[in-house]
Amino acid sequence: MRLERRTHVPLYLVIVAPLAAVFAALVLAAGLIAAAGVNPLTAYTEMLRGALGSRLSVTEMLTRATPLILTGLAAAVAFRARLWNIGGEGQFFVGALVTAWIGHSLGVPGWLGIPVLMICGMIAGALLLAGPAFLRLRFGVDEVVTTLLLNFIVILFIGLMIEGPLRDPLAFGWPSSVPVDGDFRLPDLVPRTRLHIGLLFAIGAAGMVWLILSRTVFGAETRAAGLNASAAAFAGISLPKTIMGVALLSGALAGLAGSVEVMGVTAGVTTTMSPGFGYAGIVVAMLAALHPAGVVAAAVFVATVFVGADAMSRATGVPSFIADVIVALCLLTMLIALLFTTYRVRR
Amino acid sequence: MIDALDILLNTSMWAAVLRIATPLIFGVLGALLCERSGVLNLGIEGIMTMGAMTGWLAVYMGAPLLVGLMVAALCGALMGLLHAALTVPLGLSQHVSGLGITLFASALAYYLYRLIVVVGETPPAIEPFQPMDLPVLSDLPVLGPILFSQTLPTYLALLSVAVMAFVLTRTPLGLAIRMTGENPHAVEAQGLNPMRIRIGAVVAGSALMAVGGAFLTTAAFNSFFPEMVQGRGWICIALVVFASWRPGKALIGALLFAFFDAYQLRLQTVIDGVPYQLFLMAPYVLSIVALILVARRAEVPAALMAPYRRGER
Repeated sequence: MRLERRTHVPLYLVIVAPLAAVFAALVLAAGLIAAAGVNPLTAYTEMLRGALGSRLSVTEMLTRATPLILTGLAAAVAFRARLWNIGGEGQFFVGALVTAWIGHSLGVPGWLGIPVLMICGMIAGALLLAGPAFLRLRFGVDEVVTTLLLNFIVILFIGLMIEGPLRDPLAFGWPSSVPVDGDFRLPDLVPRTRLHIGLLFAIGAAGMVWLILSRTVFGAETRAAGLNASAAAFAGISLPKTIMGVALLSGALAGLAGSVEVMGVTAGVTTTMSPGFGYAGIVVAMLAALHPAGVVAAAVFVATVFVGADAMSRATGVPSFIADVIVALCLLTMLIALLFTTYRVRR
Repeated sequence: MIDALDILLNTSMWAAVLRIATPLIFGVLGALLCERSGVLNLGIEGIMTMGAMTGWLAVYMGAPLLVGLMVAALCGALMGLLHAALTVPLGLSQHVSGLGITLFASALAYYLYRLIVVVGETPPAIEPFQPMDLPVLSDLPVLGPILFSQTLPTYLALLSVAVMAFVLTRTPLGLAIRMTGENPHAVEAQGLNPMRIRIGAVVAGSALMAVGGAFLTTAAFNSFFPEMVQGRGWICIALVVFASWRPGKALIGALLFAFFDAYQLRLQTVIDGVPYQLFLMAPYVLSIVALILVARRAEVPAALMAPYRRGER
């Protein structure tokens, strides 16, 4: 018995693999919920109700999914080219900070300011990842470690800025940065909820990324670089250019997530504004098998788990950390599921 | 300025260096062992969190401190076994699996902590390891209080460096581990099983990492709280590269790092007007700088991150 690489992945497997992975993760997590003395079925029902049970909860879930789509895309784009960008969290925060900083006193009308601020956030995120990408290309420094360490540096830098130069004098309690000007708050998508039009931008970004990856030369080059770097180089693809392009795109997407979150939800930047959007983006990307369309679905799923777990925790007393456990388990089970989509067993 | 130099003459500063280095020494040795066998273990951050929680919890439930360390090691080994199972026989991406282990192990640790421990206004505490004055040696001037009045895990960490260096370079087992990291096919040709060696190295390495985490809750502090590992695991991964995959150099790297960390903590109190975050950033910036400096001449194990499949080139 041995494993043989599939030359063609049947469509049903592409759809079944993540579903099976999610199912397996939920079964494993059920044991932990039972350990808390709660019937897992009750807990999962409460979770579904908490995330999808009412109009308000659905909008909350979609509000949570919006940055996850963007950080998920950031991870998917990078991982496709085997650029291990684990710095989504840091790129999210610099995007957010730059948006709040410039958006606080930018004297232009909203229709112009919002796109400008998004571009500023994207540039900030892209530049933050350009550093590690350069270090890898120039000195061979592993980008996993540098992007991870940069997350810590960025969070400290955010703390420094919002307690110092960018402190909002009107904020009570926790320090927060100055807010973006009211003109640059993203309009609500559903009235009287937190859901904003950023969701449409995120879905639009997924479409754009899909087009770039499947319909452009750059997309083909990133795929080639990821599948077999030396063969790609032999075929005349410039690896440094491709990797740097991927880094800029990936960082820009994560920076955009921060930018959109500030303009759509928080207005000001706090060090607690992200419950790990950058790290969860990695899980989203993997659950989507690095496909842009899948990213949207996976982000909705992960957002459902997070929002649902909060409600479930309030109702049943199961610690809400179960959401992080479920999401992490999904990453591991999906990794195994991918084995079955790329290989088949031959006797 | 004089104050900044005064700190360096203070024995408590140098004793703190060893204390801060201890979890790093365990972590970096664990990561080094995994990588020497050819497996990158990015689960380290989560495994250290898991060790910090389980080691503390065991003591909180009434176990002696040493048993706490063993419980931590066992839980770390289990997480290592999971990482090994995914990356060695299944040959899955070591990057993604490691990150998955980190996310999973930390989430599980927080979940179980919340489930088992009732947290009031302040987190519950245990009676941690106390400094042990070694007879005679601790009375030495200067060196005594720095080297010989540490807690038991610090002595264990220093001992582990020697054991690791000896095992890796002076025993057949160490040769087999190093060879698996360089050329697993050659190991197979010698009649050894490279898969077993890798699984063993990852399990043992992960146990070491978890003990490093447990030091935080049973010696450095006396309670557990989320986010307490604070990237120490990632710093260990950087230190392994800095140390060119050698235990002795790893010790030096950990001490150097701990020196800067201890120094910045004390500088914060004597230098006014500089935001404290800049000081806290220094260790992370330093790790990146160290990586850049050694990257060119790093002697990476040749088969690191290359999954081994029998009969496949």
